[in-house]
Amino acid sequence: MANVRTITFDGVIVGGGGAGMRAALQLAQSGYKTAVISKVFPTRSHTVSAQGGITCAIASADPQDQWQWHMYDTVKGSDYIGDQDAIEYMTSVGPEAVFELDHMGLPFSRTEEGRIYQRPFGGQSKNFGEGGQAARTCAAADRTGHALLHTLYQGNLKNNTVFFNEWFATDIVKNQDGAVVGVMAICIETGEVVYVKAKATVFATGGAGRIYASTTNAHINTGDGVGMALRAGFPVQDIEMWQFHPTGIAGAGVLVTEGCRGEGGYLINKDGERFMERYAPNAKDLAGRDVVARSMTLEILEGRGCGPNGDHVFLKLDHLGEEVLESRLPGICELSRTFAHADPVKEPVPVVPTCHYMMGGIPTNIHGQALTVDASGNDQVIPGLYACGEVACVSVHGANRLGGNSLLDLVVFGRASGLFIEKALREGIDMRDASESDLEQANERLNRVNNSKGGEKVADLRTELQNVMQNHFGVFRRGDFMQEGVKKLADLRGRIENAHLEDKSNAYNTARIEALELQNLFEVAEATAIAAEERKESRGAHAREDFQDRDDENWLCHSMYFPGEKRVGKRAVNFAPKTREAFAPKVRTY
Amino acid sequence: MLKVSLYRYNPEVDQEPYMQDVELDTGGKDLMVLDVLELLKAKDPSLTYRRSCREGVCGSDGMNINGKNGLACITPISEALKNGKGGNTLVLRPLPGLPVIRDLIIDMSLFYKQYEKIKPYLINNTPAPAIERLQSPEERAKLDGLYECILCACCSTACPSFWWNPDRFIGPSGLLQAYRFLADSRDTATEQRLSELDDPFSVFRCHGIQNCVNVCPKGLNPTRAIGHIRNMLLNRAS
Amino acid sequence: MGMVVKSVTSFGRSGLSDWLVQRVSGVVLLAYFLVVGGYLVCEGSTMDYAQWSAFFASTFMRVFSTAAVLSVIAHAWIGLWAVSTDYLTERMMGGKGLVLRLAFQAASAVVLFTYLVWGIQILWS
Repeated sequence: MANVRTITFDGVIVGGGGAGMRAALQLAQSGYKTAVISKVFPTRSHTVSAQGGITCAIASADPQDQWQWHMYDTVKGSDYIGDQDAIEYMTSVGPEAVFELDHMGLPFSRTEEGRIYQRPFGGQSKNFGEGGQAARTCAAADRTGHALLHTLYQGNLKNNTVFFNEWFATDIVKNQDGAVVGVMAICIETGEVVYVKAKATVFATGGAGRIYASTTNAHINTGDGVGMALRAGFPVQDIEMWQFHPTGIAGAGVLVTEGCRGEGGYLINKDGERFMERYAPNAKDLAGRDVVARSMTLEILEGRGCGPNGDHVFLKLDHLGEEVLESRLPGICELSRTFAHADPVKEPVPVVPTCHYMMGGIPTNIHGQALTVDASGNDQVIPGLYACGEVACVSVHGANRLGGNSLLDLVVFGRASGLFIEKALREGIDMRDASESDLEQANERLNRVNNSKGGEKVADLRTELQNVMQNHFGVFRRGDFMQEGVKKLADLRGRIENAHLEDKSNAYNTARIEALELQNLFEVAEATAIAAEERKESRGAHAREDFQDRDDENWLCHSMYFPGEKRVGKRAVNFAPKTREAFAPKVRTY
Repeated sequence: MLKVSLYRYNPEVDQEPYMQDVELDTGGKDLMVLDVLELLKAKDPSLTYRRSCREGVCGSDGMNINGKNGLACITPISEALKNGKGGNTLVLRPLPGLPVIRDLIIDMSLFYKQYEKIKPYLINNTPAPAIERLQSPEERAKLDGLYECILCACCSTACPSFWWNPDRFIGPSGLLQAYRFLADSRDTATEQRLSELDDPFSVFRCHGIQNCVNVCPKGLNPTRAIGHIRNMLLNRAS
Repeated sequence: MGMVVKSVTSFGRSGLSDWLVQRVSGVVLLAYFLVVGGYLVCEGSTMDYAQWSAFFASTFMRVFSTAAVLSVIAHAWIGLWAVSTDYLTERMMGGKGLVLRLAFQAASAVVLFTYLVWGIQILWS
């Protein structure tokens, strides 16, 4: 391994999306040597696709609004397996974090008073569910993610963060104590492999929606952080919880924001009926995403779908008028015309529930420290490893994420990770260096891919994997069907590990990167499948036909998937917020 | 069958770039150009291009499509063929004017450097309030048509002035962003920003050719923004 | 700040002033050709040398012609300088870019200076 160059930083952040750049910004501002490794130029990260906004009780739309109401909504939305200390932290710190974004220059839309514009989103209420619909999602038209991501990149430029753009982290480097001391990374442009050494390694690698055939996620969302963590033997939490967004454009998978319904749009079936009135009489189209996605799927299954194949429903927007659509939802109009060949000003948009968000991930505390569980069931911090954003499971989303909470999650916990690491660095972090054999081990997978001789094509295997996940672990799940899926995945593992990398060149070899990404996708998929089969209840996004009810007696807990023995354990949900009493589980209706 | 002509260049194998002709069964569908590339890459994994969001907001897959710069993911084949060059063949080349790394991938360092030059971040050294800095809807409206830039480089690499002086002319994309901060009521560095733009190259190499306006996949108008900057410079100097 | 491009050979050393001079000189030249052209159109068919010479001998036309000569010089210098810095660069042609560019600019300067002296001589002697 003598040929591997080492580059040393105080903190290295893997992932250049919102969470990674918020963490990097915090660290860089404190003067520590900070690097971001991103497999795409940072503004190409998937945060850029977020549309509707960032939910936060900044009391602009409603001066009486308070973060406790937002906390209540989020706990309820999570179907009560969101950790209440974390949700409390996120919702209470949120306003400060959002104001910072404005100070950094984020071009939020504005109210007449000059304050940040907030729109209604699903699952939002006033006064702990008693005061009707709230409008709490801060928006920059329908391009909030784009505005946020660019603002954060700009902030990092201002603070001289070092960027390794178009570098791909391949695996975690652990020392002999099991502490994380950096990552192996490959420069995509040149093929050079480097050990990036750091006292703090932050995973902000985003989601893995590409495990499904139909997803709103970017091509790059391949679960690289989860893959690396699982290969390093670390557990993941609630990984069976996948959000299907109600309104992906049928056929294309492209997202149209929940903000469409927030602004007054609604869903109709082939009879023109506003069917959500039947499923959620109060919140209607602004019920939780899991509820709306299931209702849509039922409409389609029961023969009330639209189109020649009856395989989607319609999102009606034309009644909002051209002016509202063009000023509040200009991006949606563009996307709909391009991908659905439907002009929302004149006709409804064909939509279908589409894989959107990974609620689970690497378990962390509110400081972003990655956790594992010891033999006696106690949380143990994994030294050196941090996670924030979609790859992390703090958990603020539990079994179902509310719209607008992902941007808040990544800003608040990216920031929190940065703050904590800054403090830890100041107090001194002492970890043993990785040995030659540690580095060799971290490079084993890459070497195997580089030396592959026979085997199947990456693209074919990826399609097969995505179809298994789509068919066996979709919106509705059933035990026998999932077991069959798990078997199919077991068969796929060896084939994917031995996939053939024909092109072994060094210059911008995307075939190599895709082969490595496929292995990450597989790790996420397998963890999802096994955990989903294990959780024998219906909760939030996890809806089982064979266990239709929520089972608080056995499953009011996180699932923990341990990759070594492929075992699913349980971890307690936090019901101990610091400043108020916990919200007790209730039946969840909208 | 769709005929596709692809610009190919692998520096480790090829002495020089060449055009590769391939055919693809699209099943009669009017696919997006990116879908075409994905199908071709499934057959030949060595085909190389950037892509991410596949919905026209990340700016990864800017390329020259039948003679016109655009995003592969939001350009349907039918529209591509209407660009004129190539007849019924889909012709895909890298964005012009910057060095090619491999196939459809260009080295964008100079493009990013120009972006960084204009200090693309809000500067305001007055103490921040406890809430957001207030901004009226009218003030905010001035940022529309500016902040939406996705840094895809379609405009700058369509600009002859940028071709000749990519190291000294900021280019349409960077100038659009320069104006985005000049126009922001929350930014206080107007004077500093303007003084840094008042050389013969940064802004004034724009000759109003308007290729940028013609190709911008987001429908933005850098030429207009450059005109605003020039007016601000004029105002400041007279 | 170090990023600003210092251009010792540009006309006004500021992009704005070059741009403005280019526009103003353009307007002067346009006006000049309209006046001269208009005179030619109106009187051209019957005009002889004495008339033509008298037309230029008036103080107004002398000042106006001088302004036009100066405008040609400034306009041409700014234009040629831009052309030279577009095409004759180290980026395009390596080390000899600088040599060629300076040579081109020197040659342009000599020619334009000659025109200037010559023009003033004609107009004012």
